[in-house]
Amino acid sequence: MLKSCYTSKLAAVLVLLMIALPAIAGKNWRSEGNSKATKAEACVAPVPEMRRNHMEMIQHQRDLTVHQGIRKTDNSLHGCIDCHANIDDAGKHIPVNAPGQFCSGCHNYVAASLDCFSCHATVPK
Amino acid sequence: MTEKTNLARRNFLSKLPVAAATATIAPGVVLQSTSANAEPRSEAVTSKVRWGMLVNANKCADDCSACVDACDKENGMDIHSMPEGADAENWDQQKPRWIRTVKLKDIQTGHVSKLPMMCQHCEHPPCEDVCPTGASFRRADGVVLVDRHTCIGCRYCMMACPYKARSFIHENVDIKPTLAPRGKGCVESCTFCVHRLDNGQTTTACQDACANEGHHAIVFGDLNDPQSKVAKALKKYPSQQVRDDLKLNPGVYYSGI
Repeated sequence: MLKSCYTSKLAAVLVLLMIALPAIAGKNWRSEGNSKATKAEACVAPVPEMRRNHMEMIQHQRDLTVHQGIRKTDNSLHGCIDCHANIDDAGKHIPVNAPGQFCSGCHNYVAASLDCFSCHATVPK
Repeated sequence: MTEKTNLARRNFLSKLPVAAATATIAPGVVLQSTSANAEPRSEAVTSKVRWGMLVNANKCADDCSACVDACDKENGMDIHSMPEGADAENWDQQKPRWIRTVKLKDIQTGHVSKLPMMCQHCEHPPCEDVCPTGASFRRADGVVLVDRHTCIGCRYCMMACPYKARSFIHENVDIKPTLAPRGKGCVESCTFCVHRLDNGQTTTACQDACANEGHHAIVFGDLNDPQSKVAKALKKYPSQQVRDDLKLNPGVYYSGI
């Protein structure tokens, strides 16, 4: 009896975790802060697609831009930063890779390294 | 599908500003405006165009560094500060420099000529030949670039370049320019202001600066277009390529050297 009670409690905790974890993971970084993206109706693709494939889109675009000179595009890193950089109290842009900001917030959470900004600008021009 | 439907419109739009900006001001004199509002490129570059340059060393003034300063400003070298703890003398030699002025003295006659030297955008670039990762490449329109996403910083290209045109970034960069991304461990060199070309402009920063100083020593344009300013100037004036014995067919020509 005692054992089954423990199991059911464990099951309940597990179920709770299963509900809660995706909710934390699905935290909407876009809606926080005061970047252009918070006011925009949509990103360049639906949010689930952006979450999974944004790196592919940026990488594909970088090859087209560097090797073929195609700069008229929705998928540029420049565009990401332009839209997703927040503005601080002094009216200056906060780098997108600063702690808790749009890029680093999620990348830190999933422990995925972020190499773009060793060369690329982190605030809009 | 969407891509296909948009192409015709994009083609139309990308040609529109060029057509509007070209005006004939007198017979044989065509003024081509360099509108910064032109559409960014939406089609891949082709070999129909080959960007090139003619430098008239006779017009290159002593004590003038307008082209170098303009290049530094355009490509963010001016905001690239000396890394902490670096040796000032080393820094002076190692900081990125895409264009520099060179003085040549003829030993026989003592005649000194001065000229700007930068990446010569060869048709057969040795930097591309030696690059182990394919990061050095020649774009279809003749611009020689470094794809810094694939550059591993080995610097073979710097050794292979007969013009000493390339720079290496030794330390982390504090301020990154949007138009010329720059980071530790990669090689870079003159891009013929490729961001301008891709956005519909047809001048380089050095050319504009030289013209603003009133020297007009640099003419830039499409070598393949017989009507372009640079092609006409090349036809009219005698010129030569530096180290033409190497048969690299550079896109930069010099006259008066």
